[in-house]
Amino acid sequence: MTNHWIDLRNSDCILVMGSNAAANHPISFKWVTKAMEKGATLVSVDPRFTQTSAKADIYAPLRSGTDIAFLSGMIKYILENELYFKEYTAEYTNASFLVNPGFKLPGDNEGVFSGLKGTKTDEGMINAKYDKSTWSFQKNADGTPKKDKTLKDPNCVFQLLKKHVSRYTPEKVSAITGTPVDKLDKIYKVYAATGQSNKAGTIMYAMGWTQHTTGVQNIRTMAIIQLLLGNMGVAGGGVNALRGESNVQGSTDHCLLFHILPGYLKTPKASQPTLKAYNDKYTPKATDPMSANWWGNYPKYSASLMRAHYGMNTSIEEAYTHTPKLDDGVNYSWLNIFDKMYKGNFSGFFAWGMNPACSGANANKVRESMTKLKWMVNVNIFDNETGSFWKGPGMNPKEIDTEVFMLPCAASMEKEGSITNSGRWMQWRYKATNPPGQARPDGDIITALYYKIKELYEEEGGKYPEAITKLTWNYGLKMPNGKIKHFDTHEVAKEINGYFLKDTTVKGKLYKKGTLVPSFAYLQADGSTSSGNWLYCNSYTEKGNMAARRGKSDPSGIGLYANWSWCWPVNRRILYNRASVDKNGAPWAPEKPVIWWTGATKWKGDVPDGGWAPLSAGSSSKYPFIMKPEGHAHIFGPGRADGPFPEHYEPLECPVENNLMSPQLVNPVIKRFDLKDIGSDMDKRASCDPKYPLVCTTYRVSEHWQTGVMTRWQPWLLELQPEMFVEMSRELAKNKGINNGDKVKVRSARGEVVAVAIVTGRFKPFNINGTTVHEVGIPWHYGWRFPNPQKMEMRSANLVTPNIGDPNTMIPETKAFMVDVVKGGTK
Amino acid sequence: MNEKIMLVDLSKCTACRSCQVACKSWNGLPAEITQNRGSFQNPPDLSPTTYTLIRFQELDDKENSMKWLFRNDKCFHCEDAGCMKVCPVPGCITRKPSGAIVLDSTKCIGCKYCYHACPFSIPRFDEASEKMYKCHMCHDRVEEGMIPACAKACPTGAIEFGDKAIMLKKAHARAKVLGGNANVYGDQFVGGTHVVYVLTEKPATYDGLPEKPKVSAAIGLWKDVLKPLSMISILGGIGASFAYYLIKGPKRPKFDEGGDSNEE
Repeated sequence: MTNHWIDLRNSDCILVMGSNAAANHPISFKWVTKAMEKGATLVSVDPRFTQTSAKADIYAPLRSGTDIAFLSGMIKYILENELYFKEYTAEYTNASFLVNPGFKLPGDNEGVFSGLKGTKTDEGMINAKYDKSTWSFQKNADGTPKKDKTLKDPNCVFQLLKKHVSRYTPEKVSAITGTPVDKLDKIYKVYAATGQSNKAGTIMYAMGWTQHTTGVQNIRTMAIIQLLLGNMGVAGGGVNALRGESNVQGSTDHCLLFHILPGYLKTPKASQPTLKAYNDKYTPKATDPMSANWWGNYPKYSASLMRAHYGMNTSIEEAYTHTPKLDDGVNYSWLNIFDKMYKGNFSGFFAWGMNPACSGANANKVRESMTKLKWMVNVNIFDNETGSFWKGPGMNPKEIDTEVFMLPCAASMEKEGSITNSGRWMQWRYKATNPPGQARPDGDIITALYYKIKELYEEEGGKYPEAITKLTWNYGLKMPNGKIKHFDTHEVAKEINGYFLKDTTVKGKLYKKGTLVPSFAYLQADGSTSSGNWLYCNSYTEKGNMAARRGKSDPSGIGLYANWSWCWPVNRRILYNRASVDKNGAPWAPEKPVIWWTGATKWKGDVPDGGWAPLSAGSSSKYPFIMKPEGHAHIFGPGRADGPFPEHYEPLECPVENNLMSPQLVNPVIKRFDLKDIGSDMDKRASCDPKYPLVCTTYRVSEHWQTGVMTRWQPWLLELQPEMFVEMSRELAKNKGINNGDKVKVRSARGEVVAVAIVTGRFKPFNINGTTVHEVGIPWHYGWRFPNPQKMEMRSANLVTPNIGDPNTMIPETKAFMVDVVKGGTK
Repeated sequence: MNEKIMLVDLSKCTACRSCQVACKSWNGLPAEITQNRGSFQNPPDLSPTTYTLIRFQELDDKENSMKWLFRNDKCFHCEDAGCMKVCPVPGCITRKPSGAIVLDSTKCIGCKYCYHACPFSIPRFDEASEKMYKCHMCHDRVEEGMIPACAKACPTGAIEFGDKAIMLKKAHARAKVLGGNANVYGDQFVGGTHVVYVLTEKPATYDGLPEKPKVSAAIGLWKDVLKPLSMISILGGIGASFAYYLIKGPKRPKFDEGGDSNEE
């Protein structure tokens, strides 16, 4: 989130879209309820009428996979009715920047942007990639982008956006989404009203937006709306991702994904053999002296990370040499992992706190791929469909050679450590009880593995041993043999924060070797500091464990609670807060100020996004969006793989033959596992296919967690939601002769699940451009391993979902695909 | 302790079921084996091991496409408690200072009179133990200065617990703010209940919610009139006999009156 949970209560209009927050983030509704008590309007847009919809002032239905059309219509409404926040748009965003005249919009280019190279088919382009050279700005002599602050130049971002969205008329949008025109109008009006300088609108979104082949662009569309309306950096505004797991924010911050290193640094590539080459590639250069260009500090963070990993055992250049690199052009994400595993390219696999047999899209392929492994290590609290894949439904254990190790691990309350919530708050947790039996905390398991692997490398040599043998491992009190006795999470937290590795003087003050670094502003590029994650530098300092603070005072009045735990960066609760004030440093919304300038070189309120004076101070000031090289927020966003503006494309499996917006049916740059020589025989696609005429989506319930590995074993929760179900409209049920409570089969081109039918008025048929389209929905919490393992039941939603992903993130499109539902499921 | 009211504001309930789980957790109640019968509602009904239940109800609605009502069902803890009135076992159903009506299942003889006397059909009979069970408004927590488990767990503040006058004031203010058909349910019948709802729809709209709940007149007649009268008559009869005995003494045969008719 750019803002945080409690800040929701400051909002004037809360849009919940791509989320069912009331059910799946129930505590958030404490704050939503408070906002509504103060007069906020709650809007719920969802294919299904949910618990959130039940509390909303306005509900509108929307066919899964059409969010960009809906939101682009809103942008059109905002621009044409001049409801955007004019000063904010002109001054704080790149709306005024002039774009390369060679740039083409989809409306003039068969549904794609300029620079696309790929294969043309009757569905449009496929297997394509963009040459982004036209997605660039016209430059002045000094290298700064040319601007038209009046926003009138036909090549300025603002006018290009206006032209781009002019095609998303209410009638077109309604024909694509199935949302009635009057509902569109009502919602556009109420949300656009937050464009007033003292009003704030917020968006609460979750997997309903991310799990699409246009997932990132869904969020980009909303980011554009929030910028136009001046909702970034202000209380009650922001772009707020409701993370799908209590510490997934922590896991992404600390880089448990292939493409990033801690603090969202990039994983080095083979084509970057030296630290210098790596830094040069990823350190942006600013042309405008008023741009803070905070990523210009990149080398300080990469150097400090090298020190955190290898300490003084090597130079930082050598540490970089030992750091694993990605092969250029290779994407190591989940969908590719299981594709490679299916093709027999993996011998071993750690399923660490994961249940891919149920959580992986196209789960039949995932389960099949595991049979090719020589060994698997399942680290979990309970056994699951993954650890026991070899004795699952349809498996013949005699034909499977995989050796599976179960390592029981401690649950979160059985160990000490931190959890970082969606609002970036790192909250320290204490150990409540000991883990049972042989279960151990993950840190202890990794430590034991590390020592053993290191020993094997030292005894036997092998490829690339220094990556492991030169690591430091200072996570606790060392025994005489040099090994740590117990894994101490406080030591980890301190290493993440970072240390001065030699006596260092900064701004006239001496910091002795071995002291904790106060904040990332003190990190150095020369290897004299360490930090395991620059974003978390400031979280554990000489003042103590900031994440463990429990101060309940809130002088801000807007719910910042600055003394409760710690958030990144440097405890700044609302990001981009320099955009919450005018050029004199006066808040746009004086009743809900985030920061304000008191003159005399001081900001009050939240930690300001840089302490420079307001913009009226001239060249000593900095633009508010400090993480962008030009200091201006991106309305035109050339960094994405699929376009600088969002464009509606249909999901890979869709109920329509044509995209009403253009001849380009689906996102042209997605990896098409379903096509020859790319994926496998298990990657089937069935779009606009009479065998699978129903749109299907997946979602969660309050009572279960992810694939149910923890919750299906909990009787009080299983009692509430005992089994797999499929929700469908009364009209569809009637057509199919299905009664409420009947067992049915949901099947796609990839697999089949059995579910109990919930026939409900909360799904209604969509009118999609004159055709009736039905949608159904299934939760993804169930699997055969428990509660009835002997029955070998096919209950996992991912058995039917497609393994095709967003081109930026590779997150699979599990929220929109095609199925059929038939009566009479037994197994 | 002041009289308390549990205020259940249905406009804020999101049917997360924290209340159901918190109740089971606090009371150490086992989970039931359930099925999905085409609804999120589970278990399907209150039971000896389910003291509180969220009832789901879908309503078609022209304005909003539809409405989905969530009602937290449990004992209303009536001021005029039919169950307490009819219970034949002294000390089995008692009132606590908070206003809670507590059914001590260990004393229960399983006559089920309480179920029939309850206008809301709340107490539930357990076949195995032959005893009745229901919500006791966490009187053990309340007596220690804590709020009931369901109120503690509710994330949106739909369930609140506090002094009667304050909660009632809050209820009416909330109904006013909500407008439309919003109303307060619980202060106008059975002497006032200690669980009060803010409803967003009229009471008749909700499945299983009686519009004008009352303790059956027959019970009133039986307990308030016939029982006292019959007690009076029984005691009166005994008393009168005893008084006659005292005054007139025992009946003795009179020998000078001609004696036995069988005498020759």
